[in-house]
Amino acid sequence: MKTDPREIALLEGLAKNDRQAIETIYKQHYNMVQALILNNNGSVDDARDIFQEAMIVLYEKAKSDSFELNCLLKTYLYSVCRRLWLKRLQQQQKFVSDVNGLEELVPVEEELDALGQRNIAYQMMEKAMMNLGEPCRSLIDAFYLQKKSMTEIAGNFGYTNADNAKNQKYKCLMRLKKLFFSAYKNNNNL
Amino acid sequence: MEDLQLMDAIERYLRNEMPQEEKAHFEQLRKSNPEIDQLVVEHTMFLQQMDQFGEWKNLKSTLQDVHHQLTESGEITETAPKATVVSIFRKYKKVMGVAASIAGITTLLIAGGVSWYTRQASNAELQQLRREFKIEVANKKNEVLDEVISKISKAPVDAEPISGGTGFLIDGKGYLVTNAHVIKGGSTFIVQNNKGQEFRAQTAYVNYNSDVAILKISDDDFKVHSVLPYSFRKGGSDLGEPLFTLGFPREEIVYNEGYMSAKTGYNGDTLTCQIGVPANPGNSGGPVFNRNGEVIGIINTRLKQAEGVVFALTAKNIIRTLETIKKEDSTFRNLKLPSNTQIKGMDRVQQIKKIEDCVFMVKSY
Repeated sequence: MKTDPREIALLEGLAKNDRQAIETIYKQHYNMVQALILNNNGSVDDARDIFQEAMIVLYEKAKSDSFELNCLLKTYLYSVCRRLWLKRLQQQQKFVSDVNGLEELVPVEEELDALGQRNIAYQMMEKAMMNLGEPCRSLIDAFYLQKKSMTEIAGNFGYTNADNAKNQKYKCLMRLKKLFFSAYKNNNNL
Repeated sequence: MEDLQLMDAIERYLRNEMPQEEKAHFEQLRKSNPEIDQLVVEHTMFLQQMDQFGEWKNLKSTLQDVHHQLTESGEITETAPKATVVSIFRKYKKVMGVAASIAGITTLLIAGGVSWYTRQASNAELQQLRREFKIEVANKKNEVLDEVISKISKAPVDAEPISGGTGFLIDGKGYLVTNAHVIKGGSTFIVQNNKGQEFRAQTAYVNYNSDVAILKISDDDFKVHSVLPYSFRKGGSDLGEPLFTLGFPREEIVYNEGYMSAKTGYNGDTLTCQIGVPANPGNSGGPVFNRNGEVIGIINTRLKQAEGVVFALTAKNIIRTLETIKKEDSTFRNLKLPSNTQIKGMDRVQQIKKIEDCVFMVKSY
């Protein structure tokens, strides 16, 4: 099945974190997912978490070079959400024979495995950043995430020149890497 | 400062910000120095993680934003969750119904199967040791014809006994215990002691499941035993413990001895035990004593295909049955099991002399 050109456009928008595209997908599909979760012992908060996680899966897929959906966006999102919710229920050790729903499903196991891996890495980085403390966190955020130039950062953070800022950033980076890699090693050892 | 410069170089290299010449030089350095190469690889990986972290962070914040905005504008509605327990019940109502009926059917099938099999087994492999009155009785009658005629028989006129077995007193006032299968199908019961005296008896309690029956001698000329010579063994018995039995496989009282073979009965039945004592039809309902004169069981069945495999209801089981009916039926309130054996340490012949007056042939008409 060829992917609908309008849906391709939406996914391209999503890959660029385009607000308009995300809003459209949200409007079209959120209610379906919410119904699925609510009908299977979930809450509204669960529905939001699951849908947003599915959006991340979709985002990763849209960004990848070998991107091909091969089914309706609706089917894909439904399949991912259903699988994610089953997993969540199993983790909570709630007895679940199957999640109800008669929709068509597509295999999404690979994507979810990749998501699981990346989620762990994301959480480790989030934790490392949390433990970094200020002003390091803002400095790292400005340079690596917002991709600001050193001169700009020096101005914003009140350093006398870019070299001072660079020096400070270097110290922060070393600390962050230490935090991140120790968590990373621990995780691999487990 | 060197580290800082190195890191700066790595970052510029990875971002492709190096001039051609410097890049070539750096690559040369990387090849010649494995430590630097390692650092480059590590930092590449770290920057990838950072990039991804940044992307997800942005995406997540956009998603939260959009979610918030759409909820505000009412384009997605967050339905309040229903009462979960009720909805689970509703959802699984049918399943629960089906499960319950399956459980019910299974229980019935198993129960049915077990009772059918048990009955089959007892029919096929176990022989209840009640005696069919046939030729021997007739012969015996002929032998002692004069004697019998001289006594006034209490048996129904012109009636032949259907079956017979053994019973023994559990209370001197005239309560006998025997097997339920011994009196099965009969309407009139006569008990006869070793001297040939007959007494009318009535059923006081019958339980075919446990195969226990209690008869009450209702004759005036029955002499009440103030004290019974034996008692009931309350605890278990040990393997190999010597045992003896008294019973009426014939018109005469018959003594036999043996040993405790196994603590459980047929197919692991814990209400019975296995004893190694010769037993024949007519022994059913007979007492099994240990050497101290304590009743340890009541003979009820034997294995058909094997010699000398006899099963007895355990005394414990009988005591329990009696306790239960004492509670349930006020007529049994005065029933008192003998508490102490009077014949402990006695010579076996003396013991039998004491006991034999308390063991009766049970005839069912």
